[in-house]
Amino acid sequence: MNQPRAASPPPPASPLSEPRPVISLDSVTRRFPGALALDRVTFDLWPGEVHVLLGENGAGKSTLVALLSGLHQPDAGSIRVDGRAVRIDTPARALDLGIGTVFQHSMLVPSLSVVDNMALGGAWWARPDRAGLARRMALVGAEIGITIDPAAKVGALSLGERQQVEIVRALLRGSRVILLDEATAMLTPQGAGKLGELVGRLAKRGIAVVFITHKLDEALAIGHRITVLRLGRKVGEIAPDRLASLGPAAATTEIVRLMFGSDDLTAPTAAPRRDRMAPPPLLVIEGLAVDDPVVPLAGIDLAVAPGEIVGIAGMDGNGQKQFAEAVAGQRRLAAGRITLGGTSLERLDVGGRRRQGLRYVTDDRLGEGTIGSFPLSLNLLLKDVGEPPFWQGGLERPEAIAAHARRLVEAYDVRTPGISAPIDTLSGGNVQKALLARELSGAARAVIFAKPTNGLDLQSARAARQHVRETANQGRAVILLSTDLDELLELSDRIAVMSRGRIVGMVANDEAARSRLGALMSGVAA
Amino acid sequence: MSTLFTEPFFTALVLGALTAGLPLLLAGLGEQISEKAGVLNIGIEGMMLAGAYGGFLVAYHTGSIWLGYLGGALGGMAVATPMAVLCIRLGLSQIVIGMALTLGAEGTTALLHHFQFAQSYPRLPAVATLAIPGLSAIPVIGPALFDRPPIVYLAILAVFLTAYVFRSTHLGLALQAAGDKPEALDAAGVDVVRLRSLAVLATGCLAGVGGAFMAEVGAGIFVPFMTNGAGFIGIVLAMQARGRPFGVLWGALLFGACLSAATALQVAGVSIPTDVVQMLPFVAVLAVLVLLGRKASLPPALGVHYVRGGR
Ligand SMILES: Nc1ncnc2c1ncn2[C@@H]1O[C@H](COP(=O)(O)OP(=O)(O)O)[C@@H](O)[C@H]1O
Ligand SMILES: [Mg+2]
Repeated sequence: MNQPRAASPPPPASPLSEPRPVISLDSVTRRFPGALALDRVTFDLWPGEVHVLLGENGAGKSTLVALLSGLHQPDAGSIRVDGRAVRIDTPARALDLGIGTVFQHSMLVPSLSVVDNMALGGAWWARPDRAGLARRMALVGAEIGITIDPAAKVGALSLGERQQVEIVRALLRGSRVILLDEATAMLTPQGAGKLGELVGRLAKRGIAVVFITHKLDEALAIGHRITVLRLGRKVGEIAPDRLASLGPAAATTEIVRLMFGSDDLTAPTAAPRRDRMAPPPLLVIEGLAVDDPVVPLAGIDLAVAPGEIVGIAGMDGNGQKQFAEAVAGQRRLAAGRITLGGTSLERLDVGGRRRQGLRYVTDDRLGEGTIGSFPLSLNLLLKDVGEPPFWQGGLERPEAIAAHARRLVEAYDVRTPGISAPIDTLSGGNVQKALLARELSGAARAVIFAKPTNGLDLQSARAARQHVRETANQGRAVILLSTDLDELLELSDRIAVMSRGRIVGMVANDEAARSRLGALMSGVAA
Repeated sequence: MSTLFTEPFFTALVLGALTAGLPLLLAGLGEQISEKAGVLNIGIEGMMLAGAYGGFLVAYHTGSIWLGYLGGALGGMAVATPMAVLCIRLGLSQIVIGMALTLGAEGTTALLHHFQFAQSYPRLPAVATLAIPGLSAIPVIGPALFDRPPIVYLAILAVFLTAYVFRSTHLGLALQAAGDKPEALDAAGVDVVRLRSLAVLATGCLAGVGGAFMAEVGAGIFVPFMTNGAGFIGIVLAMQARGRPFGVLWGALLFGACLSAATALQVAGVSIPTDVVQMLPFVAVLAVLVLLGRKASLPPALGVHYVRGGR
């Protein structure tokens, strides 16, 4: 059979030949140092179809996009375009093959106008044909119902408008495949709705769309086919006919099960903690609001009793970090009250809140948590620099500092060549232990843990979880921020779900918790 | 004071501004190309010096001023090449490598000069000027602006050419993108590493010609360290010009005027201690930095190594 040229549109399916996917990945693997981003993933993309790719953070969605757009190459497996094996080794090659990408982070040059962005990549000495491009832009835009001012500076456009520009640009370059990576993540609900409609119109015109999102309702609203990735593996695919026959409710249940693992509730991963009597709360947060350009927080109420672990679930980037920093004193509150054992904290700075017994174990361990080139012993005292008994009259007291370090290294089992080793020479698990040692020692009364096991090996993760549990068992109030549902279910007494800067629900950690959380996290009401 | 502002004074000032400003213009223009593409080219001082040496050497041996400029361009590019390889391809620190190249070029040219010319201190003959008919007859500015060595006109032409390239060609768009959002350029199918390398080589070429001009036209002689910070002033010019070649031109003339004020004042018969007058350009640099430093909008990706798919 005569193979069509790569850049030309696919031939209409003749009665004899089966229609075939425009792109297929066959058992594709991609490794990064320390991560298996894609593990033997097989994936077909059909013309005229919106193929939704779902999965938690780190599932490998962006990596799949990077493979198709020429940013990375697979370590194993093959990619076929129109049935022919191809090597997509540069972004230019991807464009030639008709694959256009709207990346998670805008790929437009802010200081150039819209039309100049379209012109990018032309023959060096030629004048960009601005008028011609503007005309073609208007034509393509009209076909899919978009108008953009070609002379506008991209930097002055809204995020939604930038995405429209990127889609038009992809079409201008003859793309018949469009990949959208978390395109709706930063959009307003109306913006996301518009984009969904636009994607539908693209598919009607025969374009194949890969649509990545975190939101289940979106996926169901615009997807024809749904593939779910989990930790680099493809864990399920729902074909169009099945998706249609399932109906939204059943599809949601199925997807939540695929995304978040087994819904077999007879075998919980660990015994949930016992219910306790309800003593008066120790840490109370009321009406907390924070201004933030990306995820502003509003109206957050949370009360944590002594000895209680309240988990906060949610997709990454829904305001968890802003929340933790606001409570710890690293961000200004726009409104709200925080009290710890009756003392109000909101006027205190980080040090003041720390002296009251509030601790924050950051997930940015080597960034804000420690100073990499400083010795372990000093990192263990980073928040007490200048204070007695370790400093006296402005002078360091090396014996006191060393004794303190040796005690904590012993107590928290920090594996290190020595207490004077720079902390960035330690493994991630040991840095975390050092951080825990620093934050949990002394008169801690309430502790916020941000993703305490993120990036740790199994052993270190287990140790960190044990510390979280013990912290609560010692009668402290614990807030546990995590994106790992299993971890939250293992440790927490109650679990709140954070979405777009708000707490959208609170779930007691019982048998039904997993599926209710999955639904809450995916934007489908429980 | 009325005797100060005589016709010869102004002619000397404008002429001096042009002679002293021209190397700054070429250096600033070159730096601007690098910076536009996202490369902070601190090695430019070394490129100028290598250009001055190369220009002098070739002009001295061939007797051709034009071959001299070619030698200057090659000298500048000889320093630019390691910069492109080490910083753009291999991603080493642009600041460290730039400094090292400047120091290396200073040492090397001084050493070569010591063995070749330190005994004889040969001089080049004065460079012929090209009077533009009509214009050169204008009083005061005529002889200063329109009776100059041809390279001066070419340099001014280079300003127009650069402005045209920046504004009206795909190359200009690509350079802008390389400094603003290299990943976008890469995604559009342009090789960022190649483009940035070429930008650095273009900088070497222009700075080298600027250096050659200093040796061949300005001094007629090569002296170690003779660029004396001109490359660094070029960096300041490029930053204050905010991506516009004509900004570099005006800045270069201003700095040139400061540099030549000493001569002009002597022509006018005023004696101010030369030390004070020689401080002028550097005072001007400080003033520019203080006044415009905040407004300087540098490309976001300036000095940042580009790796495809990196995070
Ligand atoms: N350039 C990279 N270098 C190292 N690790 C990476 C890189 N890109 C992705 N990863 C890792 O690969 C995994 C999958 O990441 P990604 O594809 O970005 O997930 P998703 O888009 O689904 O959130 C993660 O563990 C991530 O840390
Ligand atoms: Mg991603």
